[in-house]
Amino acid sequence: MPALSPTMTEGNLSKWLIKKGDTVKAGDLIAEIETDKATMEVEAVDEGVVLDLLFKEGEANIPVNKAIAIIGDPNEKVEVKKEAPVEKVIEEKKIEKNIETKFETKKDNIIDTPSPNIEEDTNLSSEEITMRQALRDTMAEEMRKDNKVFILGEEVAEYQGAYKVTQGLLQEFGKERVLDTPISEHGFTGLAVGAAFKGLRPILEFMTFNFSMQAIDQIINSAAKTLYMSGGQINCPIVFRGPNGAAAQVAAQHSQDFSSWYSQVPGLKVIAPSTPYNAKGLLRSAISDPNPVIFLENEILYGLKGPVNNDINFSIPIGKANIEKEGKDLTIVTYSIMLQKSKEAALRLKEEYNLDIEIIDLQTLRPLDTETILNSVKKTNRLITVEESWPFGSIGSEIANIVQRDAFDYLDSPVIKVNSADVPMPYALSLEKLYLPQVDDIINAAKKVSYIK
Amino acid sequence: MKKLQKADYIKMYSFMLKIRRFEERAAQLYGMGKIGGFCHLYIGQEAVVVGILMTIDKNDSVVTTYRDHGHMIARGLDPKRIMAELTGREDGYSAGKGGSMHMFSKENNFYGGHGIVGAQVPIGTGIAFTHKYNGEKNICRTYIGDGAMNNGQVFEAFNLAALWKLPVLYIIENNKYGMGTSVDRAAAGLDLYKRGEAFGIPGEKVDGMNVFAVIEAADKAGKYVREGNGPYILEVQTYRYRGHSMSDPAKYRTKEELDNYKQTDPIEIVKAEILKKKIATNDEIEKINKDTLEEIKKAAEFATNSPFPKDSELYTDVYL
Repeated sequence: MPALSPTMTEGNLSKWLIKKGDTVKAGDLIAEIETDKATMEVEAVDEGVVLDLLFKEGEANIPVNKAIAIIGDPNEKVEVKKEAPVEKVIEEKKIEKNIETKFETKKDNIIDTPSPNIEEDTNLSSEEITMRQALRDTMAEEMRKDNKVFILGEEVAEYQGAYKVTQGLLQEFGKERVLDTPISEHGFTGLAVGAAFKGLRPILEFMTFNFSMQAIDQIINSAAKTLYMSGGQINCPIVFRGPNGAAAQVAAQHSQDFSSWYSQVPGLKVIAPSTPYNAKGLLRSAISDPNPVIFLENEILYGLKGPVNNDINFSIPIGKANIEKEGKDLTIVTYSIMLQKSKEAALRLKEEYNLDIEIIDLQTLRPLDTETILNSVKKTNRLITVEESWPFGSIGSEIANIVQRDAFDYLDSPVIKVNSADVPMPYALSLEKLYLPQVDDIINAAKKVSYIK
Repeated sequence: MKKLQKADYIKMYSFMLKIRRFEERAAQLYGMGKIGGFCHLYIGQEAVVVGILMTIDKNDSVVTTYRDHGHMIARGLDPKRIMAELTGREDGYSAGKGGSMHMFSKENNFYGGHGIVGAQVPIGTGIAFTHKYNGEKNICRTYIGDGAMNNGQVFEAFNLAALWKLPVLYIIENNKYGMGTSVDRAAAGLDLYKRGEAFGIPGEKVDGMNVFAVIEAADKAGKYVREGNGPYILEVQTYRYRGHSMSDPAKYRTKEELDNYKQTDPIEIVKAEILKKKIATNDEIEKINKDTLEEIKKAAEFATNSPFPKDSELYTDVYL
């Protein structure tokens, strides 16, 4: 009795289409079987003579895998096993549920070197450049090194980039390697993913990450999963980059933060730079990485100036947080634009409450540098997370989970998350300010975990 | 058109038969609980992929839908390892992690096996982009089911392929039903091959039950694409004898309709041609039948004896 649907456990023999003594060939119809869903025809897969029909027409509730007929060579003696033991349909495998390995983020792909810190970098440029220029320079440097690297997106070529991040690239590398696409995210994202499967190294610019939702099936179902689904054969070396989160008064559809969305997906790496310095080091690692990388920039930070390391091989490893400021009283874990607000808050907390704040800039969101976070919490015993994401299931939510699990005994107060408001982004300037995390929100959270009234 | 040699006829017949026997055996293993999940059979459609195969260069790339077993066999891949993927074993082409719908062979330029309707179309277009970017003379054959022809990303891909003159041959396998919905209940305008017209992509309708018609059209279309003229669309009219997937009783169509198509069975057409042209005798055909049955039987044995993936494999291949 064949299983004719994933859920069928027994079937009824509606009709025999063969009789004893018939010769059947592979592909011939032999019976009609009534399943839990419908009546279906069954074909023979072997050749031979029908030696016996083991059930009569109309017999019901025959278990799946029970022999219903014997087809074979009449000259060979066949043992008729009508009551043959039913083979177990699904061979269950005992999987040892090892909590440590099942729920831990695997770290075997992380380079085990610490993040370079700007304070200790002896190779800093004397001039300060903008984040926009740092990103542009890094792309150009990598395109000079490897002609498999190319860039595509809306307005990246002739217009020089909607936010001027690709300025001058068309002039240097030509239209074969700097491609303006139509407003067609689903299509050109799939195209870029196909190109990466075939060995190119695309940098795909989303004019903003809000538009990546048009293409999210290709990012998750195709780019992130194919290495796994192909048993390790086909990797996807692609960088999806562009501004993420709120700009200024562009309202609900153009102000979303996608950091926790993409960080939820195994197969993706997610990076969120906060300064020109780390933007350079992290983008280089992203372009060199053999996996799909989501590179979340911030429009407001494009004009932020700072020194950089101009070595064309300078990189910051993916998966490493940076301790932006050391402190002993309280840890703030943050990333992207909220680093600036966290630093401002730390200054005021020192002045007004004499709190010595440690600030961790995550830099990479997936894989998350849990070690740096845990070590800091073990030292300060207090933690707040600061990010622009909506609160439900945010990066801070995951950090709170990890910290309560692995550093429970070190905590002197509950972890507090500072997020955007749990509503769509409003347009009005006054409401937009209320929506986003502000320095005062961070200060209030810090006071709360420090039990300061 | 490409002049067919005697060996070509035998090759076509053998491949089509191998696909059919493979799919029947897969159905049996599914019935025995050895194959799980979704399993989409190619029975009835064999002439499409085998016809295209006859015009293919080994460095050309292929990307297709989840109805992919026959496509892999036609690509010359090992039925043992295909079946082992269906049974979810470590010897499968995706080491047991992909299953029936997600199979790949990079060394054979076979890029899947995609489970999301329409998703393979931009991907195939991107593979074609790479051929052009690298200055290669190869093309990417991108198969599309009739159901995907109402999916937006397909038209985005058509636009990009025409805009950038990419070497991609789109092959619509119109088997008349997207799951249980017939084409005329899903598509406004039944000439799917004309859906590239607005982008300037030429298209053609082909009898997909007749492998000789497929070869003729594929040869012409392949040349057009390879010469750098941009994409081309073939709408190949075919029919699947089985339901959409294993659990589909196909109640949305009549038995007469199915029987009608079986009258023009693609394998029988080739067999008749071989006998008529005296390329092989009945006995020689019988030998191919017997050998094929034996090969597939061995594939099934291999696939049910191959070990399950190791537990540690759960965590590998997430990142490179």
